[in-house]
Amino acid sequence: MVLLKVKFPFQRRVKVAQGLWLFSWLATVSGALIFTLGIFLKSELRKRSEVMDNTEIHAVPNTLIIVGLASVVINFFAGRICQDSLDVARFPRWRGFIVPYFAGAALFALLMLVAVIMSYAMKGNLEESLKIGLKNGIRFYKDTDTPGRCFQKQTIDLLQIEFQCCGNTNFKDWFEVQWISNRYLDYSCKEVKDRIKSNVDGRYLVDGVPFSCCNPSSPRPCIQHQMTNNSAHYNYDYTTEELNVFRRGCREALVSYYMGLMNTIGVLVLLFFLIQMGVLVSLRYLQTAMDGVVGQENTECETEGYILEKGVKETIKLTIQKIAKIFQPNQVQNEQAESAPGTAG
Amino acid sequence: MAVLKVKFTKTKRCKLAQILWILNWISVITGIILFSLGLFLKVEIRKKNEIMYNREIHSVPNMLIAVGVIACGINFLGGKICYDCSDSNKFHRWKLIMLPYIICTFFFTFCVLVGALMCYTMKNELEESLYLGLKEALKFYKDTDIPGRCFLKKTIDLLQMEFRCCGNNGFRDWFEIQWVSMRYLDVSNKEVQDRLKSNVDGKYLMDSVPFSCCNIYSPRPCIQHQLTNNSAHYSYEFQTEELNVWMTGCRQALLEYYMQIMQSIGFTVLIIWLFELSVLTGVRYLQTALENVLLQGDPDSESEGWLLENGFVETARTNFNIIKNLGKSNQINAVSGNEDPNLNVTPSSHGATRTHIPTVS
Repeated sequence: MVLLKVKFPFQRRVKVAQGLWLFSWLATVSGALIFTLGIFLKSELRKRSEVMDNTEIHAVPNTLIIVGLASVVINFFAGRICQDSLDVARFPRWRGFIVPYFAGAALFALLMLVAVIMSYAMKGNLEESLKIGLKNGIRFYKDTDTPGRCFQKQTIDLLQIEFQCCGNTNFKDWFEVQWISNRYLDYSCKEVKDRIKSNVDGRYLVDGVPFSCCNPSSPRPCIQHQMTNNSAHYNYDYTTEELNVFRRGCREALVSYYMGLMNTIGVLVLLFFLIQMGVLVSLRYLQTAMDGVVGQENTECETEGYILEKGVKETIKLTIQKIAKIFQPNQVQNEQAESAPGTAG
Repeated sequence: MAVLKVKFTKTKRCKLAQILWILNWISVITGIILFSLGLFLKVEIRKKNEIMYNREIHSVPNMLIAVGVIACGINFLGGKICYDCSDSNKFHRWKLIMLPYIICTFFFTFCVLVGALMCYTMKNELEESLYLGLKEALKFYKDTDIPGRCFLKKTIDLLQMEFRCCGNNGFRDWFEIQWVSMRYLDVSNKEVQDRLKSNVDGKYLMDSVPFSCCNIYSPRPCIQHQLTNNSAHYSYEFQTEELNVWMTGCRQALLEYYMQIMQSIGFTVLIIWLFELSVLTGVRYLQTALENVLLQGDPDSESEGWLLENGFVETARTNFNIIKNLGKSNQINAVSGNEDPNLNVTPSSHGATRTHIPTVS
């Protein structure tokens, strides 16, 4: 029993073919757009790769790039097929190609959905990666003379200025790390020696933050040093001061930036998925309708189009049988060999 | 003798008309490009109008916008004319308009050239405006509680961070003004009182700069305060330290930024000018060729096209005379007598003298 049968008189076939040809070009453009969105997302992730611990999040843009390319190819062929479907002489040459084509197209459409789901599901992964990456960045902030880490100060400063954030979770992360290099500390000074002795690891810890944490919107010149000491600054209350340095942590800022980007891209990809499915369904109807026309004398007769010739369950059973036959060629040959001597003898 | 004479067969004329039609449409697009370049420049100048003293440096972008719009109109008309010129019957419609059109377009391309040159000469006006504007803005840096000036701190901070500059000419400009508001100074403190008394105007001056002057490429945490005091910081020497704060002045940084934009815009406008000039030359050839065809009478014949019918000097002289005579139209009526041919006719019998009357056509 056929799935979703629709009658196709000649005029309707022609209209569907023409409309589908235009639609497939629209779908090709949307495939190219997915490709560029994937490239854009990858470049944005790459820009901040120094504060990320791993590159697992790159699976999302990689999938988008693959899906975009495949979509362009699929829709290009869809356009060619529906162009040929108006000419009964040229249509049969697509015969062997159609079934693998639809299988591949359905697979890539499914991959589109997978990419969208991944972009929402990988938030936790991204957050973990940023947490570790930023922790290392802040730890190595002072190591501007160590090769391999000498750009960390620059990276963190630029990050904090651009995203208007301070530290990993918040600005207090800077109080727990020595961010001033030993090269710039006067060890003969008593105050320095006191600070270094005041903690187990012998680090020079201050209640200060780097200048890149300063908020330009503050009405007051930035208070970077001795932030917890109210008496060190005139008319200053550490607990109520909100505009002096950025209150947001860089991890939160980066996660919200990337999630915003991926959410927008996800919505667009869903839209393109619908367009792609529309193209594939229309093409299937057109192809089955044309299959009915081939071989008939009157090419303008009415035919039927459908999605599946038999019901869903039967089709799945048949497909499994076919695949099983491909993987078991020896058994078939053995059976024939056994039966041959039987008939001869 | 004609200037740059070229022979045109009928097919050549048609081809020329078609090519010019396409080129005119391309020129409409370049007109739109001119317009958008002018708009872009206007927006860029507007973005920084808080630190510019003279807010009316809009002559160059306004010129570009006007020129772009007029270019679109002129080339649209040119496209229509050239389209009709491929058919010699339709040429009659445009015969009278073509010469004035060519003259107008010639003066217009001159305006495009002026626009391009203005881009390169705007530098001094801009520098003056930036110098005065930045000086005022630095003075009001501390006034974050006065309406009308409360955003200057944020503007200057963001400017210094974005353009990687400090102060007007250099970071020392900050030493000469009070950039810390009185609200945040403890006037009962002795040190503060000393500083206030140490200068005539009673300003709190120090050898420090705001945080936005800090250089992100410095290997060392930023030294903002007591910049000139070597002993206040370990392993620090003020005279040789170059990476601590930004060494460029904001006036120079902004000037370089704007001059870069204007140079690229000026270059693009020059190329557009050359293109317009070539289109104009093509239209002139087409016009003269078609007019000669009409004079010869046979629309399929070969004709000649030129830029100027006579040499430059002669054409200039003729035009000059025309302009002179325009002014003297009344005088010709007054100075009659010897020049009036009708007065040579002697009043005798009509029959005999009729053949001698010179006909004035």
